[in-house]
Amino acid sequence: MNAIVIKNNQQIPFDSIPTLEYNKFLEYNTALLQNEDCHCVNYYGIAVQENVKLICCIANDKDATILLSSSLVGLETPLECFAQHHLAFEKFEREIHENFGIPFLNHPWLKPVRYPFNASNKNNTIANYPFFKIESEELHEVGVGPIHAGIIEPGHFRFLCNGEQILHLEIQLGYQHRGIETLFLQKKKLIERHTLAENISGDSVVGHTTAFANLWESLCNVETTEQAHFERTLALELERIAVHTGDLSGMCTDVAYQLGSAVYGRLRTPIINFFQLWCGNRIAKGLIRSGYSNFPFTNELGEKLKTVLEAFETDFEEISKATFAAPTVLGRLEKTGIITNQVGKNIGLVGMAARMTNINRDIRSSHPYHLYSTILHQPILKHHGDAYSRARIKYREIQQSITYIKTLLNAIPSHNTTKIEMPKPTPNAFILSMIEGWRGEICHCAITNAQGELVHYKIKDPSFHNWLAMALAVRNNEISDFPISNKSFNLSYAGHDL
Amino acid sequence: MINNLKILFHQGKQYIPDVTTIEIPGVFRGLPIISNEKVDVNALEELCPTKAITINPLQIDLGKCTFCGECSMAFPKKITFTKDYKIASNSREALIVKQGVESPIKLNPESIRKEISDYFSGSLKLRQVCAGGDGSCELELGACGNVNFDMGRYGIEFVASPRHADGIVITGPITKGMAEPLQICYDAIPEPKIIILAGTDAISGGIFADSPALNRHFLETHTIDLYVPGNPIHPLTFINGVLELIRNRK
Ligand code: SF4
Repeated sequence: MNAIVIKNNQQIPFDSIPTLEYNKFLEYNTALLQNEDCHCVNYYGIAVQENVKLICCIANDKDATILLSSSLVGLETPLECFAQHHLAFEKFEREIHENFGIPFLNHPWLKPVRYPFNASNKNNTIANYPFFKIESEELHEVGVGPIHAGIIEPGHFRFLCNGEQILHLEIQLGYQHRGIETLFLQKKKLIERHTLAENISGDSVVGHTTAFANLWESLCNVETTEQAHFERTLALELERIAVHTGDLSGMCTDVAYQLGSAVYGRLRTPIINFFQLWCGNRIAKGLIRSGYSNFPFTNELGEKLKTVLEAFETDFEEISKATFAAPTVLGRLEKTGIITNQVGKNIGLVGMAARMTNINRDIRSSHPYHLYSTILHQPILKHHGDAYSRARIKYREIQQSITYIKTLLNAIPSHNTTKIEMPKPTPNAFILSMIEGWRGEICHCAITNAQGELVHYKIKDPSFHNWLAMALAVRNNEISDFPISNKSFNLSYAGHDL
Repeated sequence: MINNLKILFHQGKQYIPDVTTIEIPGVFRGLPIISNEKVDVNALEELCPTKAITINPLQIDLGKCTFCGECSMAFPKKITFTKDYKIASNSREALIVKQGVESPIKLNPESIRKEISDYFSGSLKLRQVCAGGDGSCELELGACGNVNFDMGRYGIEFVASPRHADGIVITGPITKGMAEPLQICYDAIPEPKIIILAGTDAISGGIFADSPALNRHFLETHTIDLYVPGNPIHPLTFINGVLELIRNRK
């Protein structure tokens, strides 16, 4: 047996994951990715005494399974890389290399990923990142960041340009690294871990906290209540509406369409204010807890939300009609920042960025959790892979989320705030939990020891897959169009750097 | 054109007429009050995720608090969160709420530098630096300037270049990677200049306080002009804090 087959949120004994000899491991997993229904949801290493155990998690989106396999390798033995067979492994192998120093052969670029405090090579510093360079009299470099012009997170973008035209962009991240995965182990209290999950990425608070809460409940053999299924599904869709609306505002700002910028901007307000009404926090921090609910969703809240959405819809449709008919907007969005379907597949794109280039990848439909199995979610797909497709996906997904929420509100489950004492996690277990955040799939994995203590925690934000797409999308674009591409992907720095 | 005007008209009035007096609708956890009720204080101290609660005497440090509300839900008679969003101060000490003391958090006018009201009372341009922030305080700082809160009406604005700025607003626990860029950015701002820490992570490190990936040296070597608690900060907390800072005269 090459792999053990699990479902989303299923825990298994850690030692039931088959350990393959490395060449077999490589052959097996890279062959899996030849099947277009499969994609890599996580691939990482954990230290086992003097060795590293590599764990590869490949999801089969057709039959809702995840195939887990592993291999035990030394720190210094050079290994043929996965990335030469499939580019989607590129970032994962860089991370393994950065953490443990394993030399991968034939990797396109084993550059640092996030300069973690516990990196294996301490000589790599954030100030000496090995950028790709071209010796040329005609070309010039443009460096942007780490601090950007707006109120956003830091990262460095290095452009190679021919006049106004971008030939190449390299993105250097790591400025946001806070050591979250290590803190998950150090901090033993459940409330501390909830707080950590809430602070992974501030625009995906519901997403990451839900992934953690589901993982924890399953690991502790506590059944997720009807109420929690309902509240988490609802909150995930609300978060999607809020961020997509904010993004549409940002994209309008970047194409200097003032009306859209202001109207979408203010339309985000009632949605996040609803979070505030529900849980006292506009970004939904404090809302999701495993094992209990501090803020039960009541019928009154349901009525209130209906009113909010009704008012939202009218104005949202009105401004969207105007925005998507404005030549000044279309002229800037169409054919800007294109990722073709083939490139998207090679990179292993996830989430909205995958769907805009006609890749049907959405955990809500492929590995359903909470109420998505009853919602029967149909992902919205676009074909052109440009900024326009990304804007349209945001628009259509907002409409879809509103429809889902309206249906959900017809059956608000009974609710309470009873707090159960969470039992200890299962000892010697491995668990993987995935949810579809507004940006794409969020995947958390955990491993426990013989005492049921967490010994490893791995977080993957969708941005980890998608940053490369941003770098490729802007090639041959005018540098002045870069902000539009950036905003339309809206990737997370904090979620990537952890 | 007509359509655009229609859209404009349909928006109605979105701005908050007076951001200093408006009441926040719904649930909001602002200034807490700690009663004299007898409870198991050790359990209370233990449940806080960020060690914001300390006992003997019992107090909550809003510079460490993430406003998760767990303490008041476990001990509703002991701790209640009011909707008072004016919780910013120029004094780190003032952020510590003590048992039995019910007084609003204020700025200490004595320690506001004179240049601040001299130069900035009518116009304050700020450069924001995210140093490990998760993006939520950044969203809320962005919201300060939107059509609802419209901070620009007081002449307070965020600018792109530190050269155009009168001060810096730091979010996040200050990662090792951002320590140097932060210093460079601060140095590029012309004198006189102010420093504002926005959010729990910036003020105390928050849940990241003991992470080995931080470098908070900058804070030890500079004087902070304003602390704005929250996780994330609420736009009203930020705007009111800044207004008090620039308009307060000794
Ligand atoms: S609300 Fe603040 S003081 Fe209370 S438990 Fe949460 S972080 Fe601690």
